Amino acid sequence: MRNGIKKSGSLALLLGVLATPQASALTLEDLAKRLDALEAKNKQLIQENSQLREAVAITNDKVEAAVIATESIADSTSGIQKLADWADKTTIGGYGELHYNNLSGKGGASDKDAIDFHRFVLFFGHEFTDDIRFFSELELEHSIAGDGKNGEVELEQAYIDFDLNDNHTARAGLFLLPVGIINETHEPPTFYGTERNPIEKNIIPATWWAAGAGAHGELGAGFSYDAYVHSGLNVDDSFSVRGGRQKVSKAKANDPAATARLKYTGIPGLELAVSAQHQQNMGQGLVAGLESGNLIETHAIWSTGPFTLKALYAAWNIDGSAVEAAGADKQEGFYIEPSYRLSEKFGLFARFNQWDNKAGSNSGAAKDSEKEQWDVGVNYWPHEDVVIKADYQYQNNDNGEEQNGLNIGLGYQF
Amino acid sequence: MKCILLFVAAFFFQAAFAKGVYQTPDAFLNQVFGGNIPPLSSVWLTKDKKEVISRFLQHKPSFIRVKYWRNGLKTVWILNEVGKEKPITVGIVIESGKIQQLKVLTFRESRGWEVKHTFFTRQFDNVGINQEQQLDKHIDGISGATLSVRALKKTARIALYLEQQL
Repeated sequence: MRNGIKKSGSLALLLGVLATPQASALTLEDLAKRLDALEAKNKQLIQENSQLREAVAITNDKVEAAVIATESIADSTSGIQKLADWADKTTIGGYGELHYNNLSGKGGASDKDAIDFHRFVLFFGHEFTDDIRFFSELELEHSIAGDGKNGEVELEQAYIDFDLNDNHTARAGLFLLPVGIINETHEPPTFYGTERNPIEKNIIPATWWAAGAGAHGELGAGFSYDAYVHSGLNVDDSFSVRGGRQKVSKAKANDPAATARLKYTGIPGLELAVSAQHQQNMGQGLVAGLESGNLIETHAIWSTGPFTLKALYAAWNIDGSAVEAAGADKQEGFYIEPSYRLSEKFGLFARFNQWDNKAGSNSGAAKDSEKEQWDVGVNYWPHEDVVIKADYQYQNNDNGEEQNGLNIGLGYQF
Repeated sequence: MKCILLFVAAFFFQAAFAKGVYQTPDAFLNQVFGGNIPPLSSVWLTKDKKEVISRFLQHKPSFIRVKYWRNGLKTVWILNEVGKEKPITVGIVIESGKIQQLKVLTFRESRGWEVKHTFFTRQFDNVGINQEQQLDKHIDGISGATLSVRALKKTARIALYLEQQL
């Protein structure tokens, strides 16, 4: 019916056209033929349009299916882990840092003019199930390890975490102790200064790891905890805490130690933490006049806008007649570090450090044992995971032995 | 003794959800749209958009489209970004170019859990992006959760940028 109306209308139009002189040569038969041709063309176009619509719908379905397939691959794996299904559960990471030190010694201290690939670290992790994970950190220090070489190959982490539920996790193996700011998080782009601060080197002997077991988790309201029983130090008669790290290498296990930490991060930009450690015997019972020891560490980090302020205090209290006589029964230090982020790529910092590994006495070998160091410098991040550092260190030690000068570093993490 | 048993029971058996899932995307959408979820739409990553998002992420995106739901001026975006090792799933509600709500729906990382709490995510309320496509408000970080914080900031920038492009 609709076609009939269209046809009548078209015929009327054509009859009108016939009245014009130009169209007078066309016959009704010619017009009917043309009309038939137009109708045939129209029918063909309608058919083609219908076919195109069907094709578009099929293509849409195909695209949707392809996208879903692509997304499922992308969701399940990333990067190199796409290689195999098992690799989906395996993670690889790492960090490294190259240091250049140009320090002038005075008061009997040596000069230091050296370039050193201080740390090359690889992380390997594997998720056995949703609730059981392995994590490890393997480090090469000072580029070359071996007899007579400067470096060491060290296994700094190798533990298994067992999730007990969403908030609590048990841990066993070889792990970093929860003390201080950089002992657990020390990738170069995360801190200022080419060299790590001297308090977390000489009082907290970072990087500090032990073998043992315990748990960590959340307590709610921004509080979290860590609690472990682990292998202890084996300090010799020099009473150097740093020298007492056994690194879980055929370590003496006569006397264990325990460490606990309570941390508050309930306000963005704020971290408050306190750690306590008890060593049953600092020398594993092998050093006369050296007995138990306790470490207390507390720190605060406050970031607001481009400003960050870090402050840390750590102190040892060690029992024993020999260690007391040497003045090493108290070893303590603190640092305070304000920094300012000029932009995403640049940051400035200053740090004041003061420490004393023989703070228990001020006579004999323990006289003039207090040390101070100022650091000022800049970090430049060309990428969020790559950093170039430059800083100047100035020491003011009671014994007059000082190393002052420039440090430059290059670091990365992935 | 009873106290110890109660403590142990509370310690070990308080999980009520699938691991790391705090809200499913469906539940989030239902909550935002009051049970009347609009149809799903997608933004395809054209070359231009891919370049911008690569700049935000500092790596190439692993996705080729981003899903969103729109009702009037309100849009909801569900995005994933890896913090250190595992993807964090984030739901973002945007209205008139500003974030109304940012919520961590699933957190799979073993560190940086602080970012899932509202004391952190509420910093994103009313945040937009400026002409340089940076967030127009400073987000205070969390020490020890740097990579998770970074991942959430990236998802916020992506959602705000794509909403601008609609």
